[in-house]
Amino acid sequence: MYTVTLTKGVPDFSEGAVSFDEDGHLERGKTPTVMNPNDRFALEAALQTKVRHGGTAAVMSMGPPGYGEVLQEAMSSVYADELFLLSDREMAAADTWATSITLATGIERIAETREQPDLVFAGFKTADGETGHTGPQTCWCLDWPILTHVIALDIDETERTIRVKRLVEGDIEEIETVEAPLPAMIVTDPEFEPTYRKAEHRLTFKDLREETTERAESYEEHLTTWDHAELNLDPDYIGLDGSPTIVSGVDPIPKAPSEREATVVDPGDEAGMESVLDELLPYTNRAAAGGD
Amino acid sequence: MAANTDPEEKTADAPAEAIDRGEVASVADGDDYEHYEAVVVGCGPGGAAAAATLARNGVETLVLERGVDAGSKNVSGGLLYAEESAPYTIDDLFPEFREATAERPITDYYLHNVAGNRVKTFDITDLHEHDTEWSDAVLRRRMDSWLAERVHEMTRETGGGLLTEVRVNGLLRDGGEIVGVTCDELDPITADLIVAADGVNSELARDAGLMDWERPEEWFQGVKAVVDLPDVDDRFDISEDEGEAHLFSGDLFSDVRGGGFLYTNEESLSIGTVFHLDSLVAEEAEPHELLDALLTHPLLGEWLDGEYHEREYSAKLVPDSKKVALREPHAGRLVLVGDAGGQMQAQGPIIKGMNHAVTAGALAAEAFVEARSRGDSTLAGERYAKRLRDEGVMAKLRPRRYEAASVLGERSPVANLTDRVVDSRAGRTVLRALSRANGLERLYGSPYLSMMVPDTATPYVTLPAVIAEELGEPVEGENDIEPPSLADRIGELTYDTDVGNPHIELLDSSVEASGAAVTACPVSARDFGGGCYREEVVKTNGDEERLVSLDTQPCVECGTCAIVADTRWEHPRGGKGVEFREG
Repeated sequence: MYTVTLTKGVPDFSEGAVSFDEDGHLERGKTPTVMNPNDRFALEAALQTKVRHGGTAAVMSMGPPGYGEVLQEAMSSVYADELFLLSDREMAAADTWATSITLATGIERIAETREQPDLVFAGFKTADGETGHTGPQTCWCLDWPILTHVIALDIDETERTIRVKRLVEGDIEEIETVEAPLPAMIVTDPEFEPTYRKAEHRLTFKDLREETTERAESYEEHLTTWDHAELNLDPDYIGLDGSPTIVSGVDPIPKAPSEREATVVDPGDEAGMESVLDELLPYTNRAAAGGD
Repeated sequence: MAANTDPEEKTADAPAEAIDRGEVASVADGDDYEHYEAVVVGCGPGGAAAAATLARNGVETLVLERGVDAGSKNVSGGLLYAEESAPYTIDDLFPEFREATAERPITDYYLHNVAGNRVKTFDITDLHEHDTEWSDAVLRRRMDSWLAERVHEMTRETGGGLLTEVRVNGLLRDGGEIVGVTCDELDPITADLIVAADGVNSELARDAGLMDWERPEEWFQGVKAVVDLPDVDDRFDISEDEGEAHLFSGDLFSDVRGGGFLYTNEESLSIGTVFHLDSLVAEEAEPHELLDALLTHPLLGEWLDGEYHEREYSAKLVPDSKKVALREPHAGRLVLVGDAGGQMQAQGPIIKGMNHAVTAGALAAEAFVEARSRGDSTLAGERYAKRLRDEGVMAKLRPRRYEAASVLGERSPVANLTDRVVDSRAGRTVLRALSRANGLERLYGSPYLSMMVPDTATPYVTLPAVIAEELGEPVEGENDIEPPSLADRIGELTYDTDVGNPHIELLDSSVEASGAAVTACPVSARDFGGGCYREEVVKTNGDEERLVSLDTQPCVECGTCAIVADTRWEHPRGGKGVEFREG
């Protein structure tokens, strides 16, 4: 199996890391870049595939040269073998359409220079754009089948098919199983969980972890950077020039006023803690908790 | 944020609702089990010895350990022996063992007879050195995790390897015949040899019907504090390649049969107490209070010197091999090794378990290799039992001298008479006479006699106390240290609680059936609400009823309540429950 996982560096929106100016605009320079959180599930699916079926796991991203560290993080997460960065001034400021064209071309380039990828994995959506367009559009460019909201997957190597469980409309009562021929694109749902029920798989996992810890330290040696010329892409169809999306304006969402009252109790304040207990008591059920 | 998908390090933020991910395709066909030539369950010294020996003989070996790390579930007093007469010692199997993992060699061994603050000390180094090639103080987390790394390297060469955080929960059978194991985390696995080295509470031994949790008199319970002491050398006036062991018996534990120990580690002390479980139950004693009685005795004052920092509180059940060591520790493809087979020799003052587990593990592995080379691996179990006999292991675990002596010595009228004679004026006169001739210390140093000490109050309580009263000197100095409360001890332990999935179920909550657990459980106590077991008054329809309730969160997985209370007792799932850092 040769898999490619798409990932993106996004602003770290976690508390303490993210920085906004007075108007509520993101201060990009002051906010660190991290791997898009939803990509974690795509990486887990790629890792499960590598552990179960062997082969090569590649990770691809489009972005500035500084994305190398995001790819390094992805490498140690998925125990990846190869990293691809599509990076070029001409690619900058791309919308999801131009990005999709670029990524699809990168995947085709892998097929030409390495081997034909069997699976491309993508996360559900990015933390900054939140569109959820890039994965499906990339797949449209490739003209492959796409399976979205995937929570579990299984591959039949001899039949060259993939069978997945999909979480339809986020309703756990509605899980459908669908099958597609390879190659295919998989968009993982945040509910995706890898399963390793065979000792052999877990042992492989341990081996991979050891190998990759070393490899990730010198990730540059496994990083291939392609610019638009190497991908044979017309600058008019990528980057800002190739982006039909027009952002007319950005309005910050006003902060909702807090309606709850908070009482701060010091843990050393015994009477205060007693009153907290009294408040909580109606919500406990000692009998039901017994033996737990 | 790293996409840590490690199956051994599952994050705790799993969705609350159960989503049916199931197997997408029909991968887990019943006929399609994974197979290994050998599966070793547990990576303590017994499992490690078995796995290393199997791997060295080219047997494809899978080792399954339920802790987050080998040693994280394991507790021992902390003294490991290498016997001259043993066919295998741990450094035979792991040559760098002592240098890499041992704390200190034990070069001096003392027995303190205590009555109040009067103490009479015997040097029993000769007994300690009898049949001893070397003996080291060890801490199990450090030791077992080191062993596990070697074991993984060795077994990986054979196509197997070691996995942590996998709990084997039972035996896989085919038409009544044992063919493999079932696990919480993995699909069933078949094997030609299954080595149950899963400890004193072996679920495999119980599944096979070879062990039970019925009789308290077959078990000891130990509790231990690992005490931080950076300057062991100065406090004990020893060099870094010397170490001391001290045993304590007499009246400092009231009438509970058992004793205390102190071993010097590199920069800490292992201080603990071990008691007959039936005696703990009969006296309704609180194990942590008995430990505190030792910790606060003036005798320890000179070493602790007013400072006390407890790194870890732990507890463990200990099988009494004289009563429970299986003469035929096998069933079909299953062999039991170490505590799982009751192979824990507690005879006289010296306690030996880990060394026997090592020997047994290696012998079981050899038996399989021999049986396989003769074309019938099903004979491994019988060959293993025979090797235990031929190599003299079984004779140490179940000494004939004890069996002969105990017939008389443990019958109550005889026992009571012995106890009264020792305590009488005549008995005391004999003791003084013996002492003048230096005979008493020699008697205590006799390996022959130590093998036949009966399990009565006489050797544990009466005799040491009388010795101390008659011959002892008052201890000078003070010991004003304050051991932590039970709540603090529990608070300092590390747990990964399997929320909503308690591993012990209380089957009968009446005080008659399960009340003994309230005191005997090392993390429970009367009038303490933060432990596992507590007694509660429940009001129903105007009536008041006293009931026992259970909260498994503070559980240290010792297994005491499986014996003294009416429970359904299992280990927590892989990686869950308590995690010992010292062990």
